[in-house]
Amino acid sequence: MLKSLFHTQLTLGLAQAGTASVLALAVVLLARRRNIHLESDAAIALLRGIVQIVAVGSILALLLKSPRWTSVFLLTGMILAAGSISAKRAKNIPGARKVSTYSIAAGAGLVTAVMTWAGVIDTAITSLIPVGSMIIANAMNTNGLALNRFRSEVLAHAGEIETALALGAAPEHTVASYAESSIHASLIPAIDNLRSLGIVWIPGLMTGMLLSGADPLYAAIYQFVVIAMILASSGLTSLLSTLMIRNHAFSAAEQLVLKSSG
Amino acid sequence: MSVAQQTPTGAVVLRTEHLGRSVGDISVVTDISLDVYHGEMLGIVGPSGSGKSSLLRLLNRLDEPTSGTVFFDGQDYRQFSPRELRRRVGMVTQRPFLFPGNVAGNIRFGPLQRGEVVADEDIARLLERVGLSGFAGREVANLSGGEQQRVSLARALANHPEILLLDEPTSALDEQAKTGVEQLICSLVKDTSLTCVMVTHDRDQARRMCDRVALLEAGRLIQYGKPAEVLGA
Repeated sequence: MLKSLFHTQLTLGLAQAGTASVLALAVVLLARRRNIHLESDAAIALLRGIVQIVAVGSILALLLKSPRWTSVFLLTGMILAAGSISAKRAKNIPGARKVSTYSIAAGAGLVTAVMTWAGVIDTAITSLIPVGSMIIANAMNTNGLALNRFRSEVLAHAGEIETALALGAAPEHTVASYAESSIHASLIPAIDNLRSLGIVWIPGLMTGMLLSGADPLYAAIYQFVVIAMILASSGLTSLLSTLMIRNHAFSAAEQLVLKSSG
Repeated sequence: MSVAQQTPTGAVVLRTEHLGRSVGDISVVTDISLDVYHGEMLGIVGPSGSGKSSLLRLLNRLDEPTSGTVFFDGQDYRQFSPRELRRRVGMVTQRPFLFPGNVAGNIRFGPLQRGEVVADEDIARLLERVGLSGFAGREVANLSGGEQQRVSLARALANHPEILLLDEPTSALDEQAKTGVEQLICSLVKDTSLTCVMVTHDRDQARRMCDRVALLEAGRLIQYGKPAEVLGA
């Protein structure tokens, strides 16, 4: 119905947003009749949501007109931000930010670069930025999970680790099994995503491609390609971050410095 | 049961000089200077929080001193690699922290770090020494507290340490197991002239087992000498 009334994408979009908001507000009013007062929170969230997303859309519109080489700077900025966010999962481990940034840069950067070189990812900003950001975001999550798990394992097994050190073991040997379990645990979401692809969920990228009129079979295959790239970059990131962070859990004199009291 | 209590006559094998460690603004060990003689059992006693275990952890460099140093075998212990130092200055903790698997695997652990494989006969001899003959293939999860602590002792001894640090080795055991482990440690010291530094909060145990004791309070060395002089009869 709206399509017959609004003929430009912008006006149609605003009308669709208005309709969706009215529906959401109707539910809020329904809740009010049951003495559940969400009016203020819901109204602010709706207003904030539309402003934020329109702002992001405007920036994207600007970026899409930029030359292709600007993608490198955008993706680098994303990697730096991802490293900083992810490092917060490794509280008390010195050097966590550097380790996270290097690992994400190597894991996500290498996979993005190789796949772009191979022609799997198009060099157009409209393709490279969304796919690259998906790879970086997933590498960030995996890195955060790996560091968080490693930290928890080391804190929980400080006694065993120091016992092994006291028997003359090398620091990296004392935490090897905890590093392995951290890598394994951090990759569970990426592996489960691949396992459940198409059965439990149809990811956003494929949905977007279908909505924009792509061939459904190609959209499905390309979605698999993206999820497989995410697994590759996440795996590499997790492997590198746990390899690097285990050295940061010890001092130069091979003392465990990552402790609950520290 | 007790080790002969005598004035030390052997060579000094471990010496702390103005040893201290601070964590943030808190000084946990302050200006401790003492000598440990070859073949003696030195007890470190004091109330909870007096810095006994903190001092012990400085002796094998599990923690880093923030002042002073330790001389081992006549040299500043920072001249040794941490692994070599810890091989030569062994440690047994309050909880044994045995590694998953069987008893033999635990005993092999230390030497394996240097690429040495302990022969089955040597494992059998060590287990006999700690009163666990025939336990080599037993899973550590199925051992009692006293048996676990004996395995922990055998595991430390497999490294052929020159000094053994004991951090409250019997405090987590019941009375019967405690007596057995005490007797075992005393006989080890007596038979092999092994030098031991043992932390204990139990003054009676210190009187029973130690040649000399160092009394700590608030991280400082208060008194140092024969048990009867420091702790009373």
